[in-house]
Amino acid sequence: MAFEGLAERLQSTIKKITGKGKVSEQDVKEMTREVRLALLEADVNFKVVKDLIKRIKERAVGQEVMESLTPGQQVIKVVKEELTALMGGEQSKIAVADRPPTVIMMVGLQGAGKTTTTGKLANHLRKKHNRSPLLVACDVYRPAAINQLETLGEQLNMPVFSMGTEANPVDIATKAIEKAKEEHNDYVIIDTAGRLHVDSELMEELQQIKANVKPEEIFLVVDAMTGQDAVNVAESFNEQLDLSGVVLTKLDGDTRGGAALSIKAVTDKPVKFAGMGEKLDELEPFHPERMASRILGMGDVLSLIEKAQANVDEKQAKELEEKMRTMSFTFDDFLEQMGQVKNMGPLDELINMIPGANKMKGLKNAQIDEKQLSHVEAIIQSMTKKERQEPNIINASRKKRIAKGSGTTVSQVNRLLKQFNDMKKMMKQMTNMQKGKKGKGMNFPFM
Amino acid sequence: MGFMDKLKSKFTQNKETEEISEKYKEGMKKSRNTFSGKINDLIARYRKVDEDFFEELEEVLISADVGVMTVMDLIDELKMEVKRQNIKDTKEVKNVISEKLVEIYYGDENEEIEKLKVKEDELSVILVVGVNGVGKTTSIGKLAHQLKTQGKNVVLAAGDTFRAGAIEQLEVWGERAGVDVIKQSAGSDPAAVIFDGIKAAKSRGADVLICDTAGRLQNKVNLMNELAKVKRVIEREIPGAPHEVLLVLDATTGQNALSQAKTFSEATDVTGIVLTKLDGTAKGGIVLAIRNELNIPVKFVGLGEKVDDLQQFDAHAFVYGLFADMMEDSEEEQKDV
Repeated sequence: MAFEGLAERLQSTIKKITGKGKVSEQDVKEMTREVRLALLEADVNFKVVKDLIKRIKERAVGQEVMESLTPGQQVIKVVKEELTALMGGEQSKIAVADRPPTVIMMVGLQGAGKTTTTGKLANHLRKKHNRSPLLVACDVYRPAAINQLETLGEQLNMPVFSMGTEANPVDIATKAIEKAKEEHNDYVIIDTAGRLHVDSELMEELQQIKANVKPEEIFLVVDAMTGQDAVNVAESFNEQLDLSGVVLTKLDGDTRGGAALSIKAVTDKPVKFAGMGEKLDELEPFHPERMASRILGMGDVLSLIEKAQANVDEKQAKELEEKMRTMSFTFDDFLEQMGQVKNMGPLDELINMIPGANKMKGLKNAQIDEKQLSHVEAIIQSMTKKERQEPNIINASRKKRIAKGSGTTVSQVNRLLKQFNDMKKMMKQMTNMQKGKKGKGMNFPFM
Repeated sequence: MGFMDKLKSKFTQNKETEEISEKYKEGMKKSRNTFSGKINDLIARYRKVDEDFFEELEEVLISADVGVMTVMDLIDELKMEVKRQNIKDTKEVKNVISEKLVEIYYGDENEEIEKLKVKEDELSVILVVGVNGVGKTTSIGKLAHQLKTQGKNVVLAAGDTFRAGAIEQLEVWGERAGVDVIKQSAGSDPAAVIFDGIKAAKSRGADVLICDTAGRLQNKVNLMNELAKVKRVIEREIPGAPHEVLLVLDATTGQNALSQAKTFSEATDVTGIVLTKLDGTAKGGIVLAIRNELNIPVKFVGLGEKVDDLQQFDAHAFVYGLFADMMEDSEEEQKDV
């Protein structure tokens, strides 16, 4: 497929260079061409790419790369630094008005995810900042848009202000502010109708809403899958409304999300949040550095490490290591490990964060089945204490009982027992292998 | 007669096609302005066909979201063609570019691939799939209206039971188009809703059943499995169905559209594409790449928000729309001479 990460792209060029005493200008040219293609395939706007490549070339020719031992890696590092610098620092703060309510306007094209993001943002404000937002339904055009926001309001148990589809959006927004003052809502989030940036009539309407409610924040909601057109959209919305920030949605897809870079480059407005799923708590602060890695196809290693750190207890890991060495690893430990991995989130999500994982055929089509995991859990939980400690005693009649107790079949129990034995054998080999190297512990045997 | 003239004469032959191309021209005006504007710029600036010219041409095409690989292929072919025909003047390249674009699109096939496959005397089922927010429900509303106008008896099945307000949205479109909507409550099993839809369509003697589904990102394995199940239910109930599986694509989408087309095809054997939101500044060039790499044709394009803003796709018209300004310009030039 066309979607290769930068690292893979550079492989062939790097191969040519290794073994050479010097890196020529031609080599740098070839490498930057690969960088250019990688960025274009990630949907970074071609103008933005052009500027970037120019800067990267300057730095590369400026000896940094030439003197390095691994020029390929050095190039990737330079590219990533440039991308991160362009993306800017992390900014997920939301403005607070001197006198409440603080007003936030959500704007964007059709289908970008404004209404869902409105719900998520309200949830975020309540959960993380202890605020009580009022949601305002100003999308009077799309069929059932008001209904959608009201349903979200119900799910969140939050008030939604609407005046039906006959009212003027400017009036709705204005009245909503009065309502928020009466009801002591400290935030007002206005959901507006999706519109094309070239639709002057509807853009005018947004300007009127802005003039009337004087929002502290205007967020442009952008689909992370947007292509080259992202610059036109962002530039146009920014010119007409002077945005305060961007929310990137659908980042839980497999898009590289180069649009993020393009938007930042043309508007110089920060991306503040990222939509990471369909549930109402799946809005996350935006991490520019991680985005840079993602655009380059380097995997979100940082996120993965962070998740692992948050969920794996150091002490437990130490104990486990000891157990593996002494071969006293039991089904109880197995269960505990599974719990820890599961705590880190859906498995397919984890796999996506591993660099290169989407290239490994087996992994990509592995279809991580969470159900299968629960089956394994059920089987182990149906074992007696003794069986978990000494799986060897499990005979045919015990297997039957376990299968019955866990609602599985004897063959499934057999399979698990075999896997467990194989794993133990593998561990033995691994610990033997590691005996030579001191201090290199195995922290995550299941990853 | 140059290729452009051929295209043009094709669209001035009769009134009907003229109307279609007018709609395209109108809807794609904003897209066209930038795209053909750029090519004209390019041609004015470069008198000679050389490496720099091709590099910039490459950028123009990439900016239209034509897939990177497709652009590389196209440029290579153009270079060969230029050499073969010994073209030195950039103006002549114009013809070759559009000729190649149409060629990429059709390959060995013709306009037949763009027609919607519906049976004459029995129930046809159309399954509509796509990622979130591309305009599935809206496109279904427009398509229902179009089929109804053609005298078909249409039934809609509200298979998006997940997104808040989705069922209500389809109901509003059902009212506008004057067709029945089969639904269950929000949160129910989509396969069950579709099953109901099939039963209802059969008992009402409907001609076409259009099934809405919830938007889903193509990397969510469980949701893609759910979609495959919906398709299996349709297959089981009516042999030979679904007669069309339409993937709805947002024209603003970049390279990810390829991944969408590929993964949705794996789950549901997509037979055609509905390209929406082409009335903005996005060019939707990625459909050329999809056709080139996955061989899936575009069947419809969405050119606005009104109920009749869904047009049958026609690659000639698509390219004509993109290049119309250029053609008019070159005509004026000819007059000057």
